[in-house]
Amino acid sequence: MGSPSISDALTVTTDEPTAHYNTIKQGRQDALFRRTTQLFAVVVLGLLAAIVVSLAIGAAPAFHKFGLQFVFDTQWNPVTEEFGAFVPIFGTLATSAVALLIAIPLSFGIALFLTELCPTALRTPLGIVIELLAAVPSIIYGMWGLFVFAPLFAEHVQPFLQTTLGHIPLIGTLFQGPPTGIGILTAGIILAFMVIPFIAAVMRDVFEIVPAILKESAYALGSTTWEVVWHVVLPYTKAGVVGGIMLGLGRALGETMAVTFVIGNSYDLSLSLFSPGNSIASSLANEFAEAHSEMHTSALIALGLLLFVITLIVLAAAKLLLLRVARGEGERT
Amino acid sequence: MRNYTVQILLLLGAWAVAAAGTAADITGAGATFPYPIYAKWADAYKTQTGIGMNYQSIGSGGGIKQIKAKTVDFGASDMPLTPEELDKDGLLQFPAIVGGVVPVVNLEGVSPGQLRLTGRALADIFLGNIKTWNDPALVALNPDLKLPASAITVVRRADGSGTTFVFTDYLSQVSNEWKSRVGEGTSVSWPVGVGGKGNEGVAAYVQRIKGSIGYVEYAYAKKNNMGYCQMQNRAGQVVQPDDESFAAAAANARWDKAPGFYELLTDQPGAKSWPMTGASFILLHKVPADPAKTGAVLAFFDWAFKNGGGMASELDYVAMPASVVKLIENAWRTQIKTASGAVVWNR
Repeated sequence: MGSPSISDALTVTTDEPTAHYNTIKQGRQDALFRRTTQLFAVVVLGLLAAIVVSLAIGAAPAFHKFGLQFVFDTQWNPVTEEFGAFVPIFGTLATSAVALLIAIPLSFGIALFLTELCPTALRTPLGIVIELLAAVPSIIYGMWGLFVFAPLFAEHVQPFLQTTLGHIPLIGTLFQGPPTGIGILTAGIILAFMVIPFIAAVMRDVFEIVPAILKESAYALGSTTWEVVWHVVLPYTKAGVVGGIMLGLGRALGETMAVTFVIGNSYDLSLSLFSPGNSIASSLANEFAEAHSEMHTSALIALGLLLFVITLIVLAAAKLLLLRVARGEGERT
Repeated sequence: MRNYTVQILLLLGAWAVAAAGTAADITGAGATFPYPIYAKWADAYKTQTGIGMNYQSIGSGGGIKQIKAKTVDFGASDMPLTPEELDKDGLLQFPAIVGGVVPVVNLEGVSPGQLRLTGRALADIFLGNIKTWNDPALVALNPDLKLPASAITVVRRADGSGTTFVFTDYLSQVSNEWKSRVGEGTSVSWPVGVGGKGNEGVAAYVQRIKGSIGYVEYAYAKKNNMGYCQMQNRAGQVVQPDDESFAAAAANARWDKAPGFYELLTDQPGAKSWPMTGASFILLHKVPADPAKTGAVLAFFDWAFKNGGGMASELDYVAMPASVVKLIENAWRTQIKTASGAVVWNR
């Protein structure tokens, strides 16, 4: 794009024909460069298309046999080959919802503390520790969840929740059943630990780019720290904050090993968060290697396709949300 | 930086050498249940003959798929294929090793081998009909034990497994309700409970959840010192799980009357038989694409049948009895042929 002016500058001392040749050569190089990068982009799109197509082909027998009912059926019976995806879909969404419910306020607090309240000397070490958490492999979270967290949770937290929240009508149904330490709630909490570093790191980064002059003006008007954050920092960084949350949600939806360890891997549908459930990713991890029959394999691939669709919907919703946020800001100014 | 480069190059070199070394080795894939003994045999065989055996425990389903696709020299499955299935893909099947599945419990004050169960009681627990440990049915079986009033948490496999096949096959034989509601298979639709991945996953859950009951391969229960149970067998006798009771069950099997060696060892008659015994099977092509490789596989198992018995009982498996080995090697001789019709196994 900028090549004519650069080549002009370079060829000031040379004679006309060479300069002309150089421009052509550079034009060619530019074209080649553009084509190459274009190819890379197209390859990614092609891969995506190939994945969708092969998933669709693999899932076809299951969708052909069960139709749309596959999404709403709660049965998963490899013996009679009756498959329905409702329980894993529900488990995937429920664990992710629990994870976000815990992770968003915590991450917000972490980011807020690191950018607004923390002594400067502590800021960098704390920030690095949070980022290191994101580098811990998910299987470590899973093992820690099963061997350390679940027993403690079963012995101390779950009975407490049952004797307090368990007696409240409606909310109480969420905390019924034997306290085994394994189930949807545990999976959601482990997921929360896993997504906190992602959300917190993004929030901290966007909070940091808020111009100091805006904050200082608010402080000068007599605002408290909370008011500054709520009325200045957050509106300024809305898009980034939503983006960070979506990043965390994306990880939570697709997380496999950590969830497999603690969710209980059961195809029972229950409203209680204490009862074992299943997520799409952990069903796949558990059953794919041993799926004998064609229908079982096909049903598992169909589950994979559904996870793909769910992730797509979530990402699209996030984009729409960001667009609306951006438009709202446009109107205000 | 340069140090790393050198190290990486060395590693790559070592890997290339290792890869070249395995070129003549035999490869197999499949069941996880016999993996410990196959690995041990492979190790000993390698030191004796220099021929390595690379076994990948990817699961019985995977093993069946891989041998059908001819990507491995042999497949292994805990669930025998029916003679019709074998014929469809031109496969030969033979049993290689016998082991047992045991129920394990986590109950305070109950030590390994103390709790007694019947097949019916076990089925009722896994169906969710018996919900607490002080259920009259369990108390009647264990008058000497103090069973708590706590809830029973059922633990079972989340992944498909030959261990599950042996377990559910047994429950289907002793309980009509189990047979009609759940059935048998490497993975089934469980009425209750939480699922762990692999024998080790189930073992981990049972050790961590108080008042839980699960089922694992005997070696896992023994290794982890878990509270395994006694079972009442078909003859009405209460037996402890060990290689003796597994061997007793295997001895009752009529392999000579089973076409394609399709024989299940669950709920066998005999006063000493352990009711949840199972054989693990090897799958081969009857007309192998590479007869030399298949010959090497047969030589390996011939060696294992003759020399591997001690190693098997160390790991609490039971080797195939000599009479059965004779039947197996006879099947090799008569059924495995090259494309031109020549015999592959003629020792």
